[in-house]
Amino acid sequence: MNYLLGAFKPSCNIFITFADGKNRKQVPLKKENGQTAMVPLFQSQENISGKVSIEPIQGKKVEHNGVKVELLGQIEMYFDRGNFYDFTSLVRELDVPGELYERKTYSFEFSTVEMPYETYNGVHVRLRYVLKVTINRGYAGSIVEYQDFVVRNYTPPPSINNSIKMEVGIEDCLHIEFEYNKSKYHLKDVIIGKIYFLLVRIKIKNMDLEIRRRESTGSGQNTHVETETLAKFELMDGAPVRGESIPIRLFLSPYELTPTYRNVNNKFSVKYYLNLVLVDEEDRRYFKQQEITIFRLQETSS
Amino acid sequence: MMTGVAEDEDKWLAAGIAGLQQNAFYMHRAMDSNNLRDALKYSAQMLSELRTSKLSPHKYYELYMRAFDELRKLEMFFKEETRRGCSIVDLYELVQHAGNILPRLYLLCTVGSVYIKSKEAPAKDILKDLVEMCRGIQHPLRGLFLRSYLSQLSRDKLPDIGSEYEGDADTITDAVEFVIQNFTEMNKLWVRMQHQGPAREKERREKERSELRDLVGKNLHVLSQIEGIDLDMYKDTVLPRILEQVVNCKDEIAQYYLMDCIIQVFPDEYHLQTLEVLLSAFPQLQASVDIKTVLSQLMERLASYAALSSEVLPEFLQVEAFSKLNSAIGKVIEAQPDMPVVGAVTLCSSLLKFSLHVHPDRLDYADQVLGSCVKQLSGKGKIEDSKATKQIVALLSAPLEKYNNVVTALKLSNYPCVMEYLDNETNKVMATVIIQNIMKNNTHISTADKVEALFELIKGLIKDLDETLHDEVDEDDFKEEQCSVARLIQMLHNEDPEEMFKIICVVKKHILTGGPKRLSFTVPPLVFNSLKLVRRLQGQEENPFGDDESTSTKKIFQLLNQIVEALSSIPAPDLALRLYLQCAEAANDCDLEPVAYEFFTQAYIIYEEEISDSRAQVTAMHLIIGTLQRMHVFGVENRDTLTHKATGYSAKLLKKPDQCRAVYACSHLFWVDDQDNLKDGERVLLCLKRALRIANAAQQMSNATRGSTGSVMLFVEILNKYIYFFEKGNPQITVASIQSLMELITTEMQSDTTTQDPAADAFFASTLRYIQFQKQKGGAISEKYGTIKLSDS
Repeated sequence: MNYLLGAFKPSCNIFITFADGKNRKQVPLKKENGQTAMVPLFQSQENISGKVSIEPIQGKKVEHNGVKVELLGQIEMYFDRGNFYDFTSLVRELDVPGELYERKTYSFEFSTVEMPYETYNGVHVRLRYVLKVTINRGYAGSIVEYQDFVVRNYTPPPSINNSIKMEVGIEDCLHIEFEYNKSKYHLKDVIIGKIYFLLVRIKIKNMDLEIRRRESTGSGQNTHVETETLAKFELMDGAPVRGESIPIRLFLSPYELTPTYRNVNNKFSVKYYLNLVLVDEEDRRYFKQQEITIFRLQETSS
Repeated sequence: MMTGVAEDEDKWLAAGIAGLQQNAFYMHRAMDSNNLRDALKYSAQMLSELRTSKLSPHKYYELYMRAFDELRKLEMFFKEETRRGCSIVDLYELVQHAGNILPRLYLLCTVGSVYIKSKEAPAKDILKDLVEMCRGIQHPLRGLFLRSYLSQLSRDKLPDIGSEYEGDADTITDAVEFVIQNFTEMNKLWVRMQHQGPAREKERREKERSELRDLVGKNLHVLSQIEGIDLDMYKDTVLPRILEQVVNCKDEIAQYYLMDCIIQVFPDEYHLQTLEVLLSAFPQLQASVDIKTVLSQLMERLASYAALSSEVLPEFLQVEAFSKLNSAIGKVIEAQPDMPVVGAVTLCSSLLKFSLHVHPDRLDYADQVLGSCVKQLSGKGKIEDSKATKQIVALLSAPLEKYNNVVTALKLSNYPCVMEYLDNETNKVMATVIIQNIMKNNTHISTADKVEALFELIKGLIKDLDETLHDEVDEDDFKEEQCSVARLIQMLHNEDPEEMFKIICVVKKHILTGGPKRLSFTVPPLVFNSLKLVRRLQGQEENPFGDDESTSTKKIFQLLNQIVEALSSIPAPDLALRLYLQCAEAANDCDLEPVAYEFFTQAYIIYEEEISDSRAQVTAMHLIIGTLQRMHVFGVENRDTLTHKATGYSAKLLKKPDQCRAVYACSHLFWVDDQDNLKDGERVLLCLKRALRIANAAQQMSNATRGSTGSVMLFVEILNKYIYFFEKGNPQITVASIQSLMELITTEMQSDTTTQDPAADAFFASTLRYIQFQKQKGGAISEKYGTIKLSDS
C-alpha cells in the first residue's frame, strides 16, 4: 500500500502540534533512521491535546472518508520487525467524510491518558508512543502522518530502600564483604559503598564495578536475554591486604540508564545489575552480581 | 641481564613520557578553547600513563614529575572554569566519572585543591573525602605517589590554626587527622612493598623502598609544621598515633626510618615532654631494627638541646629525663635478647654522654650507666667484637673528656668493672688514654685511695693480664707505655707526708706485681718520688708524725730498701746499685748512719755478686767512690770499712788504666775538704803512689805486649791529683814529689818508645800552664807554688 502511495505526490500536508508545545520539555529520541530528533515529553495520566492541520496542496482538493487521530502505544520486537503490538490505542474522529479545499485545523484532546510504560529503545525491543493522523480515502489509500513523543514515568522515592550487604568468598582464598548503600537507585543517583577484604590469598590486580543491563524479551521457550555492560568503573588498583576497605562512589548520571522494567505487557523486561569483578594477576576473574532497581525520580528542579 | 632491564626501563619511560606529552598537548588545546569535556578526557588519558607497573621508583618519579607539572596547569584551568561560572561542586563530581581509578583520583585531588580554595565547602570535609577515596589505590608505588601528590597539594590548605582555611572549633584536629591518616596509609603501602614479589629480589626491593622513604617521612614533616599542634595535642594525639603506626607496621626499615624521622622533625622540647611515650615505643620495635643508632640520636639531640640554654635544664629534671632514658634502654635490651653487644654498649655510651652533658654534676648517674653497662656485659667474657670494643673505649673516654679530670672518673665505682671487659690490648690503650689525660691536664691525684683506684684502672699497664700473650708486644710500644707509667708515678704528690707515704705504699704494692720487664721502668720513679718525700721531711726539725714515728724517714728507707731489692729479680744490678747509692746519700743527709751503711752494704753486695762486666765495674766503682766521698754520716769505723773495701775493689779492676784511675780516685776518700777529721794525707799519698805504680805497670805491660809504651796520660792525670792535694795543703805531697813526677812525664814523652798522644801532650801542657799561672797569681798560693821549678821547655 505504501508503494502505491509513493507513486503519487501527497496531495496534502499534515501538521500535528501539541497544545503546550512551546513550554513542554523536549527530549532527544533516536529514530529508526538513526537520527536523533527532539520530541515532547509526557508522562502517564497527562492530557495530550493539540491541533492537527491539514493543508491541501495548492489547487487540489482532498476527498476523504473521514479524518481521525489515534494515540498509540506500541511494542516492536526486532525479531518481528515492522509488526507493532499496540498496547494502547485511543481514537478521536476529527472529521466526517467530505472534501477539503483549504487548510483546516482540528483540535483534539486525549485526557488523562493511561501510559503505564516508558518509551524504550533496547537491543531487541522498542516501545514507542505515537500520535497517528489518518485521512481515510478509501481506494485512493489513506494519508497518514505520525508524531512521536516520549513518555517517562516518575516514581516517588521508595519507602523501603535497604542497603545491599553481603559476604562472599572462595574458601581459604578470598573473602570479601561488600556493601552498597541502597538497593534502589534513581537515574542520577550515586552508588556509595565499600568493599572490605577479610581474607586475601590471591594476588589481585584490580577491581571493577560494572553496571549491567539485562533485557529479556519474549516468553517461555522463546525468551531471549541480552546483557550489556553499560559501565565499567575501576574501584581499586593493586593488591589489597586483609583489613583494607575500599570506597565505592559511582555516579550513575554519565550512563544511559533507564528505570528497571519488569514484565512490560508480558513482552519484555529490563533489569539492572551491579557486578563486582576482581581480576587477579593471571587475569582470572572473580565476580559477584547483585540486582539493583533503578527508578526515575521526579527532578525537583523542573 | 641487568643492563637489559635498565635499557628496557628507559624505553618504557620514554614511551610513557611520549604518551603523556601527546595527551598533554591535546589537553592544552582543549583548555585553550575552554573545552572542559575534552580537557578532562585528555587529562585522564595523560594520567593513564602513570598506571604503568614497569618502572622502578626512580623512573616512575620522573614520569610523575612531568604529570605533576601538567596538573598544575590543569588546576589553573579548573580555577578559571569556576570563575567562568562552572560550579565547583559539579566539577568535583564530573572528574569522578573517569572510569580508571588512578587518573580519576589525580583529577579529584586537583579539583579538590580548587574546591578548598573556593571555600564553598569546609576544607576538612574535602580533605577527608580525598584521603578516603585514595584508598582505591592499593598498588604501593602508585599509591605512594598519588598520596604524595595529595600531601603536596594539601600542605598549604590544611585547616590549621591561623590558616585561612581554619574552620569552626576543633579545626586543628581535622588537619592532624588528615595528615596522620595519609601518613598511615602511605606507610602501610610502603611496608607492603617489602612483601610483594619474589624473595630473590629482596635486596633490590629494599633499595627501591629506601628511595621512597622520604615520601612517607614528608608527612611527619608536614605535621611538624602545623602551627596548631601544641604540646598537649602532640602528646595526646599526634605522637601516640604515629607511634601506633610505627610499632604496628612491624617493618624493620620503616621503624628505623620513622623513629629517626620523629626525632628529627619534632622539636626537642616536645621530645623531652613526651619522653616516656616516645621511649615506650622502642622496646616494641622489631628485633632487627638498629635501635641504638636512633636512640643515640635522640640522646644526642637532647644533650645539645640542654647545652643550648641553661633555662631548659629544670625541664630535664622535672621530667626525669635521665631515669626514663635509662630504664628505656634497659627495656630495649631486654626486649631484644639477640642484640649484639655493640648495640647495648653503644646505648650505654650515648646515655653516658647525655648524662655528662645534661647532668654534669650527677656523677651517680654516670656511675649508674656504667653499672648497667657492666650488667649487660657480664657473663659475656672479654669482648671480641672490634666495634663493641671501640664503643666501650668511647664510653670510658667520655667522662675523661668531659671532666678533664681523672679524679672524677675514679669516683665512678663501675668504671674499672667496665674496663675488665676490654681485651688486653684495648685495656692498655685505654689505660694510656687515662694517663695521657692526667698528663695533659696536670691532674693531681692526691690521696692513696684515688691512687689505688687509678692503678686498678690502669692495671693493664702495670702487670701482665694474660700470661700467654707476652711475645706479641712490640718492644717500642712497651717502652712507651711503661715510660708513661713512670711519668705518672712522678706526678703523684700530696703535701701531707703521711698521705704521700700511703700513696707510695700503694704504688709499691702495684708495681711490684708488674714482673721483671716493668720494674726497671717503674722502680726508679717511685724511688725518686720517695726520696723527694725524704728530702721534704729532712728539712723539718720535728717529726711530723708524732711519737709513733709511723712514717718517719726510717720507715721510708725501709720501704725503699724493699723497692730496690725488687730489682734483683730482673736482675738489674747497675740500676739497683745506683738507686742504693741515691738512697744512701739521702740517708746521709738525714743523719741515719745505720741506714746509709745498710744501703752501702747492699750496693757493695751487688757490686761483688752481680756486676761482672768490667766496664760496668768501672762505672760502678766511680759511682761508689763519688757517693762515699760525700758521705759524712759515718763514724770512723764504718767509714774505714767502706773506704777500705772501695780501695780494695779499685785495685782489683781488670784493666790497669782502670785500676789506676779508680785508685787515684780513692785518694779523695781520705781527704774531704770541709771535714777536718777526714784529712789523712798519708793515706792520700799511699793511694797516689799506688796509682803511680799501677801506671808504671801499665806502661810496662803495654811495652811488653805491643812493643811500645802506652800513653803518658795516666801520669798526667796522677800529676793533677798531686797538684790538687798539694794546693789543698796535704803535707805529704811535697814539691819534690811533684817535681819528680813532672820530670818522669817529660822523659817519658821524649822517649822513642812512647806512643804519641796529642791529648796527653795538651793535657800536660795545660797542667804546666796552670802551675805557671798559680805561681804568678800572687799571695799564698804563689808562694806555695814558687818552689816548683818548671823546665825550660
